[in-house]
Amino acid sequence: MSSPERYQANGAPAIRAEQLCRHYRMGEAVIRAVDGVSLEVRSGEFVALLGSSGSGKSSVLNLIAGLDRPTSGSVTVHERNLAELSREELARYRLHTVGMVFQSFNLIASMTLAENVELPMRFAEVERAKRDSLAREALSRVGLQSRMNHRPSELSGGEQQRAALARALINQPQVLLADEPTGNLDSHTGTEIMNMVREFNQELGMTVVMVTHERALAERYAQRLIFLADGRLVSDEANSAVGAGASATGTERSPR
Amino acid sequence: MKLPDLGELAVRNLRESVLRNSLTTIGISVGVASLVAMLSLGIGLQQLASRRLMKSGLFDTVVVTSRRDLRNFGREDDRSAPPPGESRILDEPTRLEIEHLPNVMEAYPDIRFITELRFDDKPHLTMVAALPSSAKSNDAFEALQGHFFSSDTAPEVVIQKTFAEELLGKTPKSGLDETNVAQLAPPLLGKELVMRYAQREASQAAPSAGNDTASGDQGISGAAYSVVSRELKLKIVGVADLDPESMRGPTRARVFLPLKLAESLHVMQPTDLREISRSAGSQPVYSSVSVRVKNPAQIRAIEDAIKKMGFNTFSILDATRSLQQFFAVLDVFLGIFGSLALAVASIGIVNTLVMAILERRREIGIMKAIGASDGDVKKLFFAEAGAMGILGGIVGVALGWAIGQVINLGTNIYLKRQSLPPEHFWSVPWWLVAFALVFAFGVSLVSGLYPAGRAARLDPVQALRYE
Repeated sequence: MSSPERYQANGAPAIRAEQLCRHYRMGEAVIRAVDGVSLEVRSGEFVALLGSSGSGKSSVLNLIAGLDRPTSGSVTVHERNLAELSREELARYRLHTVGMVFQSFNLIASMTLAENVELPMRFAEVERAKRDSLAREALSRVGLQSRMNHRPSELSGGEQQRAALARALINQPQVLLADEPTGNLDSHTGTEIMNMVREFNQELGMTVVMVTHERALAERYAQRLIFLADGRLVSDEANSAVGAGASATGTERSPR
Repeated sequence: MKLPDLGELAVRNLRESVLRNSLTTIGISVGVASLVAMLSLGIGLQQLASRRLMKSGLFDTVVVTSRRDLRNFGREDDRSAPPPGESRILDEPTRLEIEHLPNVMEAYPDIRFITELRFDDKPHLTMVAALPSSAKSNDAFEALQGHFFSSDTAPEVVIQKTFAEELLGKTPKSGLDETNVAQLAPPLLGKELVMRYAQREASQAAPSAGNDTASGDQGISGAAYSVVSRELKLKIVGVADLDPESMRGPTRARVFLPLKLAESLHVMQPTDLREISRSAGSQPVYSSVSVRVKNPAQIRAIEDAIKKMGFNTFSILDATRSLQQFFAVLDVFLGIFGSLALAVASIGIVNTLVMAILERRREIGIMKAIGASDGDVKKLFFAEAGAMGILGGIVGVALGWAIGQVINLGTNIYLKRQSLPPEHFWSVPWWLVAFALVFAFGVSLVSGLYPAGRAARLDPVQALRYE
């Protein structure tokens, strides 16, 4: 199960949200974190979700990631309606279909980088012998081959985020979800990370959805900018500054 | 997630907070140790008691007595049985009948009488008993000095240690210091003992006076015997180290004769008086018959069969049954006390794991975000609980065993001071070790149930938000 059938787009969008709602109850009040968002992301597209804090952009991302379930509406990723999946199926979906990176890197502090990167393969029950070489390969890809046996606390933020990227890609997902990936990094390191994300998008043909509040960053990398405010979609515009790049038709995918 | 990965992750997680997990594990160890210590004390005491019984008493023997014998055991047994007066006589045909019951090895009459033995022209009064040749293999004769009877009819005796002391003029000192049989035997072996006894001789010269009063009863008229005083020279061939306090009959005697020899002597028995109206003068009537069975497990069935024949039975198992019951109850109580500590320890596991969930909330969130299923998380916590259980179990068993050894040593030092022989009070059988380990593992898994379920249900979005 380490490399499930690769999804073939066949013209259908990779991600589709329809009238997506996520409401929280806080005591008496109901907080409408996501309130009727409909959007589509084509396979291989690089999309940025923009908005101020509390706009609901992270909530949308969590719903696409299968970490949370919608109150109403639907999220369909690769033609599977996440709302209809069982908890077990949702876990498998997170394991194989999507990879996630976070603002705070979210590496497990007690594990070395190699172990962190290896962890998703343990859940996927990849053979031990294979795991080692795959983890090594993934870490060299992000330039951390010399840091494999270090713990996250011994590394800089940029290095940690690179390790997190390696971990997100280890089970060869086709969708990369990034939640403020540069939020904790200085601009130089941030650029470095964003270049890597773009590389994955263009070279591996991954669909990328990135949440950010930095408009400049989004404009520099994303093909499409979706603005959210108060849980609603405000605007959805193509970014003329960035070409279509790896689009639905896609460049040749070569998962190394 | 595969088992080796699970184990590896669990162990690494346990090592992350070594102090807390060690303390929890020590808690389990103490619990297991107390359980092992309590139960092994119970088992040890039980074994000690049955060892004592085994030494004395032939677990494979049923003693059969006639219901006519009002002095004997078990007469209150069976209220539906015919009254004593109408019950059967325990004579030679009956003995043969019993011997032919399935699973009976042999049935031999218990011949015992108190009589005078002369040694060096000094009279000694004691109980004499007959032993079948099969008694040679009896545990009681393990420490026999000299040898057993050369044949079943040889004019030989085996004497008991305290009688040997008496013959040698040594006064036994209140039983506390053990005299060595090996020292007593040499001056006595091969020496001669003269036994004086009362022989019963059948005689036809019955007085005819009784005939008129009991006209209907044919049996009474002819039965008569005379009692003659006899002497027999016997050679001492063995000195036995039997326990004079033991529970079983034959060992209470201090001089033993070969069975066939004893039978041929026709020594006057109390039953002869009682049964004169029933038995033809020449047929011996036994006060009791000892029945040896092939396997102690069959004792019950054979006892029942003999009871059906109309006799009373008694076996050591009857006596030990209540003892076994007592020990079963004791074991349960000791087990409960031992388990209390383990119960406390299991709460420790719950506490530790619940703390671990709070501490590792974020980590659980991360694992779920990168694809761990509820089951993976649950299994991981189970594995951690189980690992603590196994480790605690192993350490606990070792600890319990060590406690037992120390107590054994202590009690034996005490016993030695009291001039008592050392005893083994403590016994840790392999099944107890296995049970303790499985129990510790099981208890820890049950303790892990709640924390693991809680960890598995953790909402990843909330967990990741939590700093």
